[in-house]
Amino acid sequence: MKKINKERAKWILQKMEDIRHFEAAAKKLFAAGDIPGFVHLYAGEEAIATGVCAHLSENDSITSTHRGHGHCIAKGCDLKGMMAEILGRKTGLCKGKGGSMHIADIDKGMLGANGIVGGGITLATGAGLRNQYLKTKDVAVCFFGDGASNEGSFHEGLNLASIWKLPVVFINENNMYGEGTPHQYASSTETISERAVAYDMPGETIDGKDVVAVYEAAGKAIDRARKGNGPTLIECLTYRDHGHFEGDEQKYKAREGKEKELADRNSVDEFKDYALKEKLLSKKDIENINKQSEEDVQEAIDFAENSSIPEPESLYEDVFAE
Amino acid sequence: MARQITMMQAINEALEQAMDKDENVFLIGEDQSGGATVEHLEEENEDAFGGVFGVTSGLMGKFGRERVMDTPIAENGYMGTAVGAAATGLRPVVELMFNDFIGYCLDTILTQGSKMRYMFGGKAKVPLTIRTTHGAGAGAAAQHSGSYYGLFGAIPGVKVVVPSNAYDAKGLLLSAIEEDNMVVFSEDKTLLGTKEVVPEDYYKVEIGKAKVKREGTDITIVTIGKMLYVALDLAEKLEKESVSVEVIDLMTVSPWDQDTVIESIKKTGRLAIIDEANPHNNTATDIASVIGDKAFDYLDGPIKCICAPDTPVPFASNLEQLYLPNVDRVMDTASEIIEDLKQ
Repeated sequence: MKKINKERAKWILQKMEDIRHFEAAAKKLFAAGDIPGFVHLYAGEEAIATGVCAHLSENDSITSTHRGHGHCIAKGCDLKGMMAEILGRKTGLCKGKGGSMHIADIDKGMLGANGIVGGGITLATGAGLRNQYLKTKDVAVCFFGDGASNEGSFHEGLNLASIWKLPVVFINENNMYGEGTPHQYASSTETISERAVAYDMPGETIDGKDVVAVYEAAGKAIDRARKGNGPTLIECLTYRDHGHFEGDEQKYKAREGKEKELADRNSVDEFKDYALKEKLLSKKDIENINKQSEEDVQEAIDFAENSSIPEPESLYEDVFAE
Repeated sequence: MARQITMMQAINEALEQAMDKDENVFLIGEDQSGGATVEHLEEENEDAFGGVFGVTSGLMGKFGRERVMDTPIAENGYMGTAVGAAATGLRPVVELMFNDFIGYCLDTILTQGSKMRYMFGGKAKVPLTIRTTHGAGAGAAAQHSGSYYGLFGAIPGVKVVVPSNAYDAKGLLLSAIEEDNMVVFSEDKTLLGTKEVVPEDYYKVEIGKAKVKREGTDITIVTIGKMLYVALDLAEKLEKESVSVEVIDLMTVSPWDQDTVIESIKKTGRLAIIDEANPHNNTATDIASVIGDKAFDYLDGPIKCICAPDTPVPFASNLEQLYLPNVDRVMDTASEIIEDLKQ
């Protein structure tokens, strides 16, 4: 695993800032009534997508969740295409057919946000099977939430990945809430990582607010997978800053103790402090990255808003491959 | 004399030829290689099982367990894995032992695989073949005998084929495996042992095309799977009463061949459909609805749907026989039509 050098630090901060700015814009556009359907925001959890995807190339695959924008951005999807997609434009990554909850770009190895809780777990297992079958060194990473860890697909997907020693890394984003239900109520075990024992794979719980901790744990697991040593389960403790969906009043949240502690932390600022202290980035670098990210997201909004809606005929297109 | 083999052998041969032709084709499901997954037992168990009906038997010996993959009994797990593998470039052939187990893995078919291409703006391909079995008549009762091809057929993005004989089974399966789409290939478990002349070469039968199996002028009967044989028996009987029956084997349930059915109705003016599925919201009702809409002017009488009753499949043999559409039951409907013809 490569250590975080200057170049990598720049990439990490850029992606974290892109996620922050993109999500802030999505929040605003949704409030203005410009985005159809639901929007589930990821900002606040960006340390996880960024820390993991820093190890991946376009040949590696990821599957994602309802909260998929951050994973898309970290996996290298085009911001313009993403913004156009969530606004339902024909220039969107999915020609306006997927929207926020199903955003995907197979060419970038992004196998889709997912409208089904736990839906990506077996798909990632399948992408891992493909990698093993074709004898590549590619890995598949499955991002899934604490809610998904109680779905049957979690058991089946992890068991299959384990018996076949597939190159899959299961990244659990425990943001404390599955929709409106707290993890502590919904789960039979205190941590999700301890369930790894049942599937004979390494499992650990890490600080999901700390991008460096995520980077290191994911790096080890991904190396292990690339070497053919099988899957790993990593539980990243984080906090869902936003509602389950935009407009959710979040009356169910406790906001005390551990929850408050996590809610008060800011992963982006923490990484900036780290990078300054380690002399990986200068103040000027940080300013430039922030400015660049603001510009890129604004450009994405302009592009999306100036794009046409899909042609009516496209309703019938792409049901089947010809 | 031309070679005759069973539908089971024909399917096995199609799988072997597809795997020979394309290295990305592999088999995955429960008991596909049958115990050969245990190291040091490969040779002994090579032909041990081959799926519950033995259809994939022997393939593990030729292709190895990397390409004939046994899974745990985990339908959702392996179906989703197959969808993920297909979406990333492989060409899996999954065996879902009985179509009744669809409940466990419907999510990955209905909400993942079938929608990927559309949701992702045409970028994804999901070249996945799902082999499964349907049909009553084997004494397997309610949880192993249902006919749910119509249920799969209701899903956009999924093609559904139901062969009635070994020749078509081989050709349709080779077409299905070459398709860049999800295809459900539904085998009637009671037809697997039936023989037909089957060429040894690699050939394809087109998906989406029905076949006129018998020409006639008084009534068109559309059939699915083994209902073909009920209709052919009926046609023989009616011929003696000077009623001429045209029999169409639908073969593809979704998207079904509207042109062939409409052309036939233009000639006969009457339509009956025999479908072993339960009577509501099935393929027969879909055909009746489309024909009522698109070919009403060619019809000289009401469309008749002959289906299983609105019950699960019973166990006791006499009840199971009452459940299945058969010649006697079809005769009742036929008599009504004959009365109508005479007027």
